[in-house]
Amino acid sequence: MRRYGLAFILQLILVLLVCAFLMVPVGMSMLAGVTRNYLDGIESGLTLDWLARVWELYRGTIFTSILLAILCLGATLVLGVPAAYVLARRQSALTRMMEELLVMPIAMPGLAIALALIVTYGGFGGFRRSILFILVGHVLYTLPFMVRSVLAVLLSIDFKTLEEGAASLGAGFMRRFFTVILPNCRSGIIAGSLMVVTLSLGEFNMTLLLHTPHTMTLPVGLADAYSSMRIEIGSAYTVVFFALVIPLLLVIQSLGQQRRRPAQLNQAG
Amino acid sequence: MEGGVNIRLARCGKTFANNVRALELVDLVIPRGETTVVLGPSGCGKTTILRIIAGLEVPDSGGRVFFDDVDVTPLPIERRNVGMVFQSYALFPNMTVAENITYGLRVRGQSRADRLQRLGEMLDMMHIRELANRRIDQLSGGQRQRVALARAIAVRPRILLLDEPLTALDAKLRDTLRIEIDGLLRRLGITSIYVTHDQTEAMALGDRIIVMNHGRIAQVGTPRDIYLRPQTAFVANFIGTMNELTGHGGGGRLTFPTGSVAWNGSDGDARVMFRPQDVQICDANVADFSGRILAAFFLGDRTRLVVEIPRGKPVIVESSDLLPYAIGDVVCLRVAPDRLIRLASSEVEH
Repeated sequence: MRRYGLAFILQLILVLLVCAFLMVPVGMSMLAGVTRNYLDGIESGLTLDWLARVWELYRGTIFTSILLAILCLGATLVLGVPAAYVLARRQSALTRMMEELLVMPIAMPGLAIALALIVTYGGFGGFRRSILFILVGHVLYTLPFMVRSVLAVLLSIDFKTLEEGAASLGAGFMRRFFTVILPNCRSGIIAGSLMVVTLSLGEFNMTLLLHTPHTMTLPVGLADAYSSMRIEIGSAYTVVFFALVIPLLLVIQSLGQQRRRPAQLNQAG
Repeated sequence: MEGGVNIRLARCGKTFANNVRALELVDLVIPRGETTVVLGPSGCGKTTILRIIAGLEVPDSGGRVFFDDVDVTPLPIERRNVGMVFQSYALFPNMTVAENITYGLRVRGQSRADRLQRLGEMLDMMHIRELANRRIDQLSGGQRQRVALARAIAVRPRILLLDEPLTALDAKLRDTLRIEIDGLLRRLGITSIYVTHDQTEAMALGDRIIVMNHGRIAQVGTPRDIYLRPQTAFVANFIGTMNELTGHGGGGRLTFPTGSVAWNGSDGDARVMFRPQDVQICDANVADFSGRILAAFFLGDRTRLVVEIPRGKPVIVESSDLLPYAIGDVVCLRVAPDRLIRLASSEVEH
């Protein structure tokens, strides 16, 4: 058996403590969501009733959030990937400035962006009341994450030469883009997608102002539940949130690793 | 792929956006079926010429590129039907070796059966059959270069363009692959243009060599021409080792402070050049000049001597007599008169 030094043991303890510090509240909250009566503690017994109540009361917000996240992902893919390509292709003072501008929505408070959107577009009733209004805010906020992660990958591979290689074999622009550029940005696209989906699902600041009672999202509903319902319902809501987000993230992440893994195995063998 | 096309560049120059002049106006004909090597130091414009022929760069206005008298200047690379091998290989990391090789065939809409047949031919030709299903990141540099060649040739291009294909490989592999590429190009008989900064590669591969310097063509000729009859000091010095003597010509001799060599040029200041193997160590009574040995390198089959002569660059001498030369010895030297290369003394050395 290997023997570990004191330093290793101390480090391990520190890591475990930090993990515990972060994980225990999450666990507590999730536990509260399945406890019959939080004030009496766990002795009161476990129940799925609260989850059922959440499903009954807030089901709509879950679907709204999922729909928003999907739309937001679609929009950032369609806008962000070509944008990253153009930024990588034409590195100049102008494109670097645009890169910085793209990040502005992250630096600005979400509330300020939401207010600006409402002041400008609030008058368009149909738009204001639709889910698209929130979508605009989410896209503004998440787009830089997609652009940045794809851009980083593009700048790390010699995509110009790859493209020239494809062109020399007769491939026109669209074919080059879809068969060579996109597949080789895969890791950046996956990383960006992870960010976009999680940020959109969890976005609260902006959405609080942008939503209407008919377009309430999960985080806004969660705030609503915590402020106006029993703590068990809010906690059960958190359980639902995790149940939704964690499998989703795992699926997206596995998409990114699918193709790489067999190659690495072969190399080892 | 029989013979491919001939290529003509007419008044092609290239100035980049940042005002760097990469290529002065060039007129050039590259004959069909031959291997033409474009040779020169980095920044001489050799890659620019290749990229203009490929269609990756557009020549400055007024420049024209012809393939068999068809003006292809406005066509992008994907419509020129050229095969290209890049220094960095440019293999697609998202595809297997087989997918890389058949990429161009898929683009051309060939049937699966045709693609597989061509793939088989290419894999056999490059001796990489066992690599067909590997991913690019599992290949060594030499294997990558073979795949890159196979991919470029698979589409039966009219012209094969090779941009320093061996530079990224280690010396031993470079030799093996160079021999292989040489055999390949001869077998295919395709018009090919090979860009390199390595004169050994150029001499070995080229039917013709275009030597470039500072965006200009310094000389075009067969490897023999270039080596034996360099037209400028730059070409003479760039290809192989060259000695140089400056002096005053007259009366059948070119005289310099420590001696003279045979001279049949006009009278006046002049410069002659000669290769190390064309100098003989001889007796004092038949010597053209003499000098003191600065350094001696025993190379096994011959000895390379660096001989100091007063007021002139040291002369490199290669002697195969295997005598034990020592530093400080004085040696008498004679140059074979027919091996002297005359250059106008006024020419500026780069």
